Parts: sequence; C-alpha cells; structure tokens
Amino acid sequence: MTAETSLAKRSAPGMGRRRRLTIAGFGFSLPWIIGFLVFMAGPIVVSLYYSFTEFNLFQPPQWVGLKNYVSLFSDDRFLHSMFNTAYLAIIGVPLGLALALLVALALNFPVRGQPLYRAIVYLPAIVPVVTATYLWRWVFNAQYGYLNQLLSHVGLPQPDWLEEPFWTKPAVIIIMLWGIGGTTVIYLAALQQVPQQLLEAAAVDGANTWQRFWNVTWPTLTPVTLFQLILGIIGALQIFAPTYLLTQSRLSPANGGPGDSLLTYAMYLFQNAFIFLKMGQAAAMAWILFVVIGGLTALILWSSRRWVHYGAE
Amino acid sequence: MALSSTIQKVSQHSDSRGTDVVRKGPRRRYLGRRIGHHIILILICLAFLVPFAVMITTAFKTPQDVFRVPPRLLPEHWVLSNFVEAVRAMPFLRYLANTVLLVVLNVAGTMISCPLVAYGLAKLPWRGRNVIFGTILATMMLPAQVTFIPLYLMWNKVGAEGTFWPLIVPAFFGTPFYIFLLRQFFMGVPDSLREAGLIDGASELRVYWRIVLPQAKPALATVGIFQFVATWTDFLLPLIYLNSQDKYTLSIGLYSFFGSHGVAWGPLMAACLIFTIPAVVIFMIAQRYFVQGIAVTGLK
Repeated sequence: MTAETSLAKRSAPGMGRRRRLTIAGFGFSLPWIIGFLVFMAGPIVVSLYYSFTEFNLFQPPQWVGLKNYVSLFSDDRFLHSMFNTAYLAIIGVPLGLALALLVALALNFPVRGQPLYRAIVYLPAIVPVVTATYLWRWVFNAQYGYLNQLLSHVGLPQPDWLEEPFWTKPAVIIIMLWGIGGTTVIYLAALQQVPQQLLEAAAVDGANTWQRFWNVTWPTLTPVTLFQLILGIIGALQIFAPTYLLTQSRLSPANGGPGDSLLTYAMYLFQNAFIFLKMGQAAAMAWILFVVIGGLTALILWSSRRWVHYGAE
Repeated sequence: MALSSTIQKVSQHSDSRGTDVVRKGPRRRYLGRRIGHHIILILICLAFLVPFAVMITTAFKTPQDVFRVPPRLLPEHWVLSNFVEAVRAMPFLRYLANTVLLVVLNVAGTMISCPLVAYGLAKLPWRGRNVIFGTILATMMLPAQVTFIPLYLMWNKVGAEGTFWPLIVPAFFGTPFYIFLLRQFFMGVPDSLREAGLIDGASELRVYWRIVLPQAKPALATVGIFQFVATWTDFLLPLIYLNSQDKYTLSIGLYSFFGSHGVAWGPLMAACLIFTIPAVVIFMIAQRYFVQGIAVTGLK
C-alpha cells in the first residue's frame, strides 16, 4: 500500500488527478476495508446463515428455516430477557441522561476547585466493570453492606437488593447511574456552547432561572441529547457484564438472578451460544437485536425533528 | 486544549456575572450563593465517592471486622493481610503482564490504523470516500453479538482460540468509533498544509506522516487513552477467548478469583483496589485529554 501510494504520486503527470487521488484514498482506507470484510461483512453474512440453522459446533449446521425465530417467541426465558432489557433501557437511559444533565449544571457553577469536582464525578467511569460490579455487590449486601446501613440511618426501607426480584433491576440502574461521568462531561462541554448573550438578554428581560434554562439552554443541548440517547439505548440493549457479574455463582453457569430478574438479552444470547451451544438460536437472537436497534435508532432520529434544534450559533 | 480555553472563557463570563451580582445586591448574598454551590457539589461528589470509600476501607479490615453487624465504614484495625492473601491466591503479576501486553499492542494497532484511515476520509477528495464513511457510521450501530459467533468459530478454525491473537489483531484494522473521532479532528486541519507539502513534491503518505500527523498529537493521545481504558477494562472478549489461567487478564483473573473465593470480601476488595489504581493513575496524568476527547465525540 505504501509503495502504491508513493508510486502513484511519482507517475502523476501521466495520470489523471482524480485517478491518482482515488488510488491514494483507497490506499489510506485499505486497513479498514480489509478489516471490515474479514471481521464484519463476512461474519455478518455467516451469522445470518447460522440463524436459519441448527448448529451445536460439533456437527455441521443443519438448515431449519425460520424455526429458531419462531421458537424464540414461545420461549419464556427469551421473553423474560426482553422485558428485563427493555426495563433497564426505558428507565435507566432517560434517568441517566437527566441526572447527567443536572450534575453537569452543578459542575458548571463558577467555584474554586471545579476541576477536582469534575474529576471525582468522572472517576467511576474508568473503573473496570468487573471491579465496579463486585464492589456494588458488596455495597448492596443486605446483611453486611453499607448501603442499607445508610438507608437505615435516614429511616428508609432496606430491601434485599440482589435477592428480591423486584429490587434487582433498580440495583443495576443505580450501578448505571454511578457511571454517568462520561455523559456528564459531554453535557458539560455542550454547556460551554450556550450563547451567553442570549442568557444575559433573557435575564434583562426578566426571565427567571427556569425560563432561561428551558428557552435558551435546553434548545442548545438537544443535539447532544439526541446523540447520547441513541448511544445510550444501543448500549443498554446490549448490557451484559454488570448483570452477568451480579448473578455470577459457582452453582450454575446459566444463572439469571432471582426469578431470572437479571437475565438480560445479551446474557441469554451468551448462554445460548457458549453454555447451551445453540449457535443457531443465538445467531437468530443477535439478528433480532440488530433489527430492533436499527428500528429504534430510526424512530429516535425521526422523532428528533420535533424536539431537536440545530440553531445557527 | 479547546475545552480548557472554553472553560476559561466561561469562568470569565461568570466572573463578570459575579461582579454584576455584587453591584446589584449586598455582598453577603453572593457569598451565600457560593457556599450553596459548594454544598451541592460536595453532596454530589460524596455520592460518587462512597462506594470507593467502602472498597478501600473493606480492603484494610480484618475478617471479623468485614462481617460486623451493623457494618461500619472505618476499620477497627487497619491490616494488610487482605492484600497478601489476594496476591497469594492468584498469579497477580502474570495477569498484570498479560493485560499490559494486550493494552500496549491494542493501543499501538489503534494508533497506526485509525489515523491513517481517518486522514484519507477527511482530507483526500476521492471517489468512494462517502461510501466508506457511511459504512463506518453504520457499523457503529452493529451489536457485537451479531459477529461474535462466526468470529469465534473463525479463530477456532485457525487454532487461535485460547491465544491472544483474537484480542490483538482486530485493533490493527481500525475501530469505527476512533476513526470517526479522528476524522472530525482532521476536518479542522487546514487544507493549505497538505497542498504546500504536495507542491514541495512530497507524496500523500509523506505529507500525512511528516506534516499532518504531528499536528494531531492531542487527538491521538485521546484515542490512545480511550483504547487503553477499553482494553484494560474489557470483559466480554477475554471471557470468550481466554481459557487457561496463564493467559488471563486482570478482569478475567478477578472474575475467576470471585468464582472460587466468592465470599472472601476482604481479599476481593483488596484485589479490586489494586486493579483500580493503574487506571486512576493514568486518568490523573491524562485527565486533560480525556475530557477534551469526550467533548469532541459528544458534540459532533
């Protein structure tokens, strides 16, 4: 590729400028093109094929048509995993965005020590997920954990977070909220783009804090919110490590937490593939997920026309 | 850099706003508001810090102290036995060496491939670049689950299951998200740089390597740090591919430690603490780039 590009340049007079550019551009993109063909396009086609087969790794795949897709929808664990994942995405993602925005507004207060405050809020976002989840397992521990101790001090109920099916998903959402540092920093950067003259003009005209936020600040934040919402939903629908590690137990590798209340979509997919060795079923699940993500992204983008403002500075 | 200058601008703004307030109202109101801001910020930071405090103090507690009812935050006696036990129970240095190897190679692969592709997409006006860029954006939506079964079988077939290869090679072919980020950066580099180089008779590759790439150090650092953290904290891929203890990374090592010592919370928290420190140190050193890089990705 290197030789090709420099060669193209040297023989330039004989060749059209456009052709030379095409060769150079193609050369620069070559790593990605090869990687895309080998690690993405090929596997995508193969996994689509697997999704129409029965395949356990030891015998060659057997064509079964739509059977994997049809049987999934009468599989209770599948439906349960869909519900759990939707719960985490629908409640966790908007809650995370709202909290990140509030924290960003606070971190934008013009006070001394601002960089330290910002660093502290961001810190959990770089803690390895294995560490973070075990840490929270200990904090959530009903008997010896520190969270219930805190709750008892302020007179709140102290649920058995990781054993009562009703409380396991809120526990995961709390872990998600602990890691909103990335989103907060993005909001913080976006807040610097809010036109100050407009805010000041609004203040002169007698607008109160809420009116200034709603009419000036929020519209400038909508494009970032759209971006974060899409990335957040895509991430939440694939949530795996926190729930997998929260339910990890020596006794059963195919665990889903109490009453399968923590069995997320990606976890059930993983169990199908690597524990039950139903590769065809797992591939079908992956394709359903892909279609759902594509559909939701399109839906959010479509709705964005109503609520996202691309102001001209 | 961009962000810190905007932060400065904002603090200038707020300074002027502050003096407005002083002019309008009594000085005490201004002071009261500042204290109010600090109180809000301290409460927020406490919420984020308490879990860290629990991890640190548990790591220094005696076993009896760990299982005390009701629990107390601070240890009765500070002891180091948990650390000794954690390091004895698992080949910590082996895990660390494996993780560092993967991190170094992944960061190197990313730094070589991603800016190359990104530059071609940002600065060379060639036919087909919109198609390539569109594909890159589309693959950012692709869930890893779609490809991981065929990829697993592919690596299996070439005999690389249980080795580091599946965890290293892909980085050398570029990651969509980082290419996107670097492209946004290169878009801001003036065309005149490239044109001047070409007029002087340099090849496109030479212009890229000698003139444009040195300009991109902050963006490269950002991407390098992202890749560092991504590899350092990765769980799913090592879980799928690594199957012998001498190949484990810290994540998987900790995972298997929990599998066999589940309720040994003292040593577990000690191991977690050891595991967290390197990421925190890197973060402290490179904090500026972190924040800046996230800002770049978030706004486009």
